[in-house]
Order: sequence, then C-alpha cells, then structure tokens
Amino acid sequence: MILLPVLPIILPLAGAILCMFFRKNLIAQKVFAVIFSSLMLTVAIGLLMSVRGGEIAVMNVGNWPAPFGITLVVDMLSAIMLVLGGLMAVAVSVYACFDLDQGRTRFGFFPLLLIMMMGVNGAFVAGDLFNLYVWFEVLLTASFILLALGGEAAQLEGSIKYVALNLLSSALFLAGVGILYGMAGTLNMAQLAVVVQEGGHGGLVTMVAVMFMLGFGIKAGMFPLFFWLPASYPTPPAAVSAIFSGLLTKVGVYALIRMFTLVFCNDIAFTHGLLLVAAGLTMLTGVLGAASQHEIRRILSFHIVSQIGYMIMGLGLFTTLALAGTIFYLIHHIIVKTNLFLVAGAIKRLTGSYDLNLLGGLYESRPGLAMLFMIPAMSLAGIPPLSGFFAKLALLIAGVQAEAWWIVATALAVSLLTLYSMTKIWAAAFWKAAPADALPCKEPADWRLFLMPMTVLAILTVCIGVFAGPVFSLAQDAAAQLMNPAGYIHAVLGGG
Amino acid sequence: MTSIILRTATRYMFPPLLVFSIYLLLRGHHYPGGGFVGGLIAGSAFALYALSFDVASARKLLRFDPRAVTATGLAIALISGLPPLLSGKAFLTGTWWNVPIRPGVTIAIGTPVVFDIGVYLVVLGVLLSFVFLLAEEE
Repeated sequence: MILLPVLPIILPLAGAILCMFFRKNLIAQKVFAVIFSSLMLTVAIGLLMSVRGGEIAVMNVGNWPAPFGITLVVDMLSAIMLVLGGLMAVAVSVYACFDLDQGRTRFGFFPLLLIMMMGVNGAFVAGDLFNLYVWFEVLLTASFILLALGGEAAQLEGSIKYVALNLLSSALFLAGVGILYGMAGTLNMAQLAVVVQEGGHGGLVTMVAVMFMLGFGIKAGMFPLFFWLPASYPTPPAAVSAIFSGLLTKVGVYALIRMFTLVFCNDIAFTHGLLLVAAGLTMLTGVLGAASQHEIRRILSFHIVSQIGYMIMGLGLFTTLALAGTIFYLIHHIIVKTNLFLVAGAIKRLTGSYDLNLLGGLYESRPGLAMLFMIPAMSLAGIPPLSGFFAKLALLIAGVQAEAWWIVATALAVSLLTLYSMTKIWAAAFWKAAPADALPCKEPADWRLFLMPMTVLAILTVCIGVFAGPVFSLAQDAAAQLMNPAGYIHAVLGGG
Repeated sequence: MTSIILRTATRYMFPPLLVFSIYLLLRGHHYPGGGFVGGLIAGSAFALYALSFDVASARKLLRFDPRAVTATGLAIALISGLPPLLSGKAFLTGTWWNVPIRPGVTIAIGTPVVFDIGVYLVVLGVLLSFVFLLAEEE
C-alpha cells in the first residue's frame, strides 16, 4: 500500500514519457493517453476504497519523515477529487482521439494533457504547502501551452489574460507561503495547523489567510478576479476547454477547502464570512454575465464562475452539512460541466459553429445529441431528480440552518437565472427552426463512437441523482473528516 | 557567425566542457554540483557549437533529437525512484548496492546518482530544444 498515494503522479508521468518517445506515431500516443488515464482512474478508485473507512493514506517521499520531507496525503476529499480527475482525463482523451486536429496532436496535445494531469493529481495529494505550489506551477505551465496550442489569434489573446492573472495569483500564493514559513517555521500543512492553533501570531495569520484567499480565488475564478476565465476558456478546441473547465478551477477550490478547513480556522467569523460574501457575488456576477452572451461556450464559461460561487458558499458557511454540500457540488459540477463543453464541441463538429444565432433545429435532426445536452444542462440548473438538484438542496438546507438568509435567497435567484441560460441554449440551438443561412450538418463516420464519452458522463449524472443517498453519505464522511482536522494531523505527524 | 577565432576556440573548448559537465554531475553526489548544473554546462557546449558553426551541424553532433533526450532523462529519473519499492520503502528513497570490482574493493552505486543522470539529460534536452529552435527561427 506504500505505493498507492504516489501512483496518481507516476502514472501520468510515465504515460507522458511514452508519448514523447512515440512523437511521430500519433496512434500510439492516443492509445497511451487512453490507457494511462484509465489506469489513473483505476488507481484513484482503489485509493478511494482504501480510505473510505476513514483512515488517511500517508506517504513520505524518499523516506524523509514528516514534517521535514515531502509528504503525500490522501484523505477522502483528495481521493474523491482523484477519482473525478481520472474520470475527466479518460473522457477527454477519448474525446480528443476523435475531435482534435492533426496539427495540435502532433505538437504534443496528449503528453501535455498527461503532464497537466500529473500536476492536478499532485495538487490533490500534496501535504506540504510548497509542494502544492510546485504542482500548481506544473499544471499551469502545461495548461499555458495547451491553451495556446494551435496559435489562433483569439487563443493567444485569451492566453495572455490567463497567463498574466495566473502569474499574479502564483506570486500572491508564493508570498503567502514565504510569510507563513517566516511565522511558523514549517510548510507541512499538518504542522502548520498545529502552529496556527496554538495561536500567538495575532493578525498576521488572518492577513496571510486573505492572501491565500486571493491567490487561490484567482485560480478558482472567484469574484472579483474571475474575468480571465470567460476570456480564455472559450478560445481553445473543445477537448482543451472541457478539461480546463472541469478540473483547473476546481483545483483552486480544492486548495481553498484544504487551507480553510485545516489551517486557517482561527478567525472563522472574519475569513469565512468574507468567503461567503465573495461566494454570493461570484454566483451573481457569473450568472448575469452569462445572460448577456450568445456563444455556447461563453455562456458555459460564465456559468463556471457562478457555480464556483456555490462551492465557496458551502465553505463559507462552514458546517459539516455545508461542506458535504460543497463536496457533492464538486462531484456533480465536474462531471456536468465537462460534459456540457464536450457536447458543445460535438455541436461544433456537426455544424461548424458555436454561435446560437447560426444554430437551430438540432432537436429535429439529432434527438440523441439533444438528450445528451438536456441531461447535464438541466442538472446544472438544478432540476430534480438530477445531480444538481441534490447538491443545491444540501447547500440551501445548510444555509437555512445557519440562518444566512441572504445567501440562500441569492442562491435561489441564481439557480433560476441558470435555468434561463440553459433554456436559452436549448431553445436556440435545438428547438427553433434552423435559420435560412444555417451551415449544413455533416455527420462524421465515427459519430456514434464519438458520442460515447458524453453518453457515459450523462449516465453518471443521472446515476448520481438516482443514487444521491450513497453519494451524499460519501460526501458527508469526507466533510466530517475535514471538520475534524485532528485526524489529518495525527495521520501525518504520528502520535505527537 | 563566421569568426575563425570563435570556431577554433570552440573546437578546443567543446571536449573539456563536456568532460567538465560529467565531472560536475558526478561530484554532485557529495559536493556542490549535480545533474542540473552539469546539464547546463553540457548544453552550453552544444549551444556554443551551434553559434560558431550552425545549428544543423550541432544537431548532427548531438545525434539524438533533443526532445528524445528529454524523454530519456525523464524516464531514467522516474525509474530511479522505483528500486526502493521492491524492499517496501517509499518512492525515491535512496538505495545503494555495494558492487565488488576487485577482491577487497567495492563501489557503492546508488539511486541518487541515477536520478541525477536523468536530471542531466532533461536539462540538456530542454535547453537544446529551446536553443536550436530559436536559432533556426532566423
């Protein structure tokens, strides 16, 4: 079992190395990408099984004991995120096998995807703050190239915004790490938690907490620094924007959850209150931004922002139920959002456009595709019995219990506006008659096979809705583990 | 660049630079040095060659594509972390074997130096990918 926590990092690296050796052989690269992301998913499921009982898997790389060495820690939240990451990697690499142009594949899409997954997985298992920073850099560097790959003008414009804001966020993160190290003399998260709990550092901890909130907030796409997201996500090909929208902002959310449950919980009224306000504003601005858009992927990108608000809301409320709601929301959102971007890519592959004004009549001509869009879209809006309904319900109940009425009211209003946006896409792309100047539909030969990843994700969305009980109890266990950091600290530092 | 002085100097400097880079790589085991700085020196030797002659002949001198060098380095670094797993230790734990070369004389061969060789190749490969591509851009 000693190997298990490090496998999510080794496997994508090994896959990327193999892809680099077969630089000229694109078919081999596709095969490796699918095989290694499937292996990653398998390992992640194995990890989730082994930490399901509440124990925490810890590995000290190089056998240097914590808190001196680099520690990899997998608790239930990490394991859940790893499973979701693996699932998205499989879905997107299968999708990209069909729908990615030769040029981008030859310039290394698959090795970059795997390297990015290594960074994402590394961030999920990092038990050391500086190590977390390094994994963030790994995934960002890979994502910079993925975003700009192909070099279209719009892509480069989006990439510049993305790179600039993310470098700012990394600088804030790094400065925060430096101050924390100067204050506590350690960067091991478990030991940091101990040192901060002991107190005696005055307002400095709160100040660093706000720095981290800003740093991770930028990466997560939180208000007020989210504008890089709708500017950059709609520009690359569908496969890239799907994996970005599913996973990258969620790494920021994961880091926020980790830091603000484990380390920064000494001034909850202030820090978590601030998070809650930011959550409300994030939801609202995101959904209002979406309402004014007419391009499918721009609408979806603004919705990522608004959905991030819901996840932060659970963290801001800071009760076990609210955190469970956040985790359930993460599970629901990653699957649904990636799927929506993939379906948008399928629409583009079929008709050649993302613009709602040029689309129409797809329900008549492609009822199957319409269903594939309908399920995640309605789930996103929170229509029962799909997964989004239960995620929102849990958060709303938690809000009512905490008597935070204004955030409950905001969440409800935003939910309604989300439904409006989704029906807008539905009505324009699927229901209305095709406009006279519509582009002709061309069905590629491998169409049915191509729809596989989307079908599987849609079925998962339905399953999460139908089996909401077991999934929610999983989320609840993970939340309970987070609310009681003593277990984490004990697992890493041992008996002390 | 067609300076005869630079060309002649490069011809003389190239082998010592490579030997020095290997020296730094091995020295890194116990003293300052290591794969990173060794790889940089080796890379600068090839970059110097590319500057004073041309990129095509520098590529020919390297024999392998720089990207293949990078991939090999990554693979070596990754593999160096695996042996400790066989004895149930954590990934990347330093592991040594005592290899007898003569009766009474053994050499300790460990995984850290293998890891360093991987780093050396990665640095060399990445550096030369950049240098060659930028030099060919003109």
